[in-house]
Amino acid sequence: MILRLRDITVKKEKNTILKGVSLDIPSGEFFVLMGPTGSGKTTTLRIAGLLDTPDTGDVLFQGETVPRSGKRLLKTRRRIATVFQSPVMFQGTVLENLEWGLKIRGLSKEETVSRVSRIADLADLNELLSRDASTLSGGETRRTALARALVLNPELLILDEPTTSLHPSFRKEFLESLLMLHRETGTTFLMATHDFTDALAAGTMGAVMRQGEIEQQGSIDQILFSPRSRFMADFTGTGNILSAVFCGNMAETGGITVKHTGSRQGRGFIAVPPEVIVLSRVPGVTSERNRFQGTVSSLERKGLNWTVTVDVQEVVFAVAVTTGALDELEIQEGSPVWISFKASAVHVF
Amino acid sequence: MNHLIEALGIAFRMIFTGDPLVYQITLRTLLIASISTLTGSLLFIPLGSFIYFRRFRWKRVVVGFIQTMYSVPTVFVGMLVFLMISRSGPMGSMGLLFSPGAIVIGEVFLIAPIITGLTISALQGVGSGLADTALALGASRGRMVLKVLFEAKYAVLTSVLMGFGRAVSEVGVALMVGGNISGYTRTLTTAISLGIGKGETAQSIALGIILLSLAMIVSITVNIIQHGGRK
Repeated sequence: MILRLRDITVKKEKNTILKGVSLDIPSGEFFVLMGPTGSGKTTTLRIAGLLDTPDTGDVLFQGETVPRSGKRLLKTRRRIATVFQSPVMFQGTVLENLEWGLKIRGLSKEETVSRVSRIADLADLNELLSRDASTLSGGETRRTALARALVLNPELLILDEPTTSLHPSFRKEFLESLLMLHRETGTTFLMATHDFTDALAAGTMGAVMRQGEIEQQGSIDQILFSPRSRFMADFTGTGNILSAVFCGNMAETGGITVKHTGSRQGRGFIAVPPEVIVLSRVPGVTSERNRFQGTVSSLERKGLNWTVTVDVQEVVFAVAVTTGALDELEIQEGSPVWISFKASAVHVF
Repeated sequence: MNHLIEALGIAFRMIFTGDPLVYQITLRTLLIASISTLTGSLLFIPLGSFIYFRRFRWKRVVVGFIQTMYSVPTVFVGMLVFLMISRSGPMGSMGLLFSPGAIVIGEVFLIAPIITGLTISALQGVGSGLADTALALGASRGRMVLKVLFEAKYAVLTSVLMGFGRAVSEVGVALMVGGNISGYTRTLTTAISLGIGKGETAQSIALGIILLSLAMIVSITVNIIQHGGRK
């Protein structure tokens, strides 16, 4: 384990932000800390990054308890780097930003130059090096902040919600570049996100937080398929995320074959948002590429809408239905139904 | 009216021909205000940083108090310093009363809230994200404070200039603890108030023009700096 948090509590004024958080981050992993906004992810990351000290509990880095102050705290903090949700650039050029952390460590000029040029290549920043950092776009700022942290060769890189506020089309690209940097550098990544699909795309292990506590931690598969509580099932289950074996534009999952518009081989995940699924009593003639017969296993009111769960072979689909549509369908638990959705509506991870 | 125009003419002549008395007083004023500002900066930029970065109870009350003290009456500070350094006061044995040193002490107290308070505002303007970033990239606390001060340099410099502006233009402290001794503790402001009383209108106007120019140079510089800082 590169980092262990032991029974961390943090109080702010009268509120308890963290209630005994324990977390184990194995070396070399891409560890994803998930949870809704306000669940305590950022506070946990600040403790892990040794930027704040907890009220009670211990932080262990590479097996050693980190002291709460003094030289050893600074020394340990220098082996970790944190990139914040809204990165701040120092005044000066991108190059000066990249060099700053190395300068305060007293690295030689040659070492600084070689490390900066390596990271500038990796993060594709060569064209930006001489730019005034205050003129960068949001995406460029994020890349620079990431490079500014990675150039320090940290043993642990902490990322707080790196994809929020990024344009959806850059989001996937940014996550892919994160994965590439994780592979290339061998650094352990600890990333917080409130988006479960980010976690699926990037992480191998993770934990889910809720109201200042760790709800569940383990491999992403475990979190996905063995939710320990109703909250976990809701958190991970709302998107119909399914483990699948791919073959071209087909995905085998739980005894059915789902068509999608991508082209892929091997293992992975698909997600079918409950809103895109059409529910009917008869198969009908539709243009939808995916059509399955199943049985209604439950009906649950969610605000103005209903969530109908439909068992298809071994797969359970959640389908969002309006109250009006539900009345027309006249279905109840045990009713045989058909579900259909477009191949283009299937997300592939 | 004629008398005034005549006095104005003499005043300009004094300024442009380098009247020794006028220049002596101006230089002394600048020297005293500069030493006060320098001392104040060395003491109160660190104090402001300490207050900003330190978490403690009543912090908001302390900062609020400092800000209300920006306009502390100069005669009040003069009185306190007088009581401290007069012969019967706690620092009476040092014989500082009616010396330039006394004015410096008074002015340092006078500008303490301005430099401290505006340094705090300057650091607040930079935001906590910068401090976090410096720490996250491996800075020690001291190094982090220096980095944040550096990033806030324009605003910090403004606080120093505002302090200087107040020191140069105040009259209460210089009069009460300096004593307005000719050739020793007489400053622009005390010379003006004495000169007007004595009917030396031309000299007072000359000194007044210089004082106003100094004040304007300070505020124009502040403006330029703030503009540059926002760029």
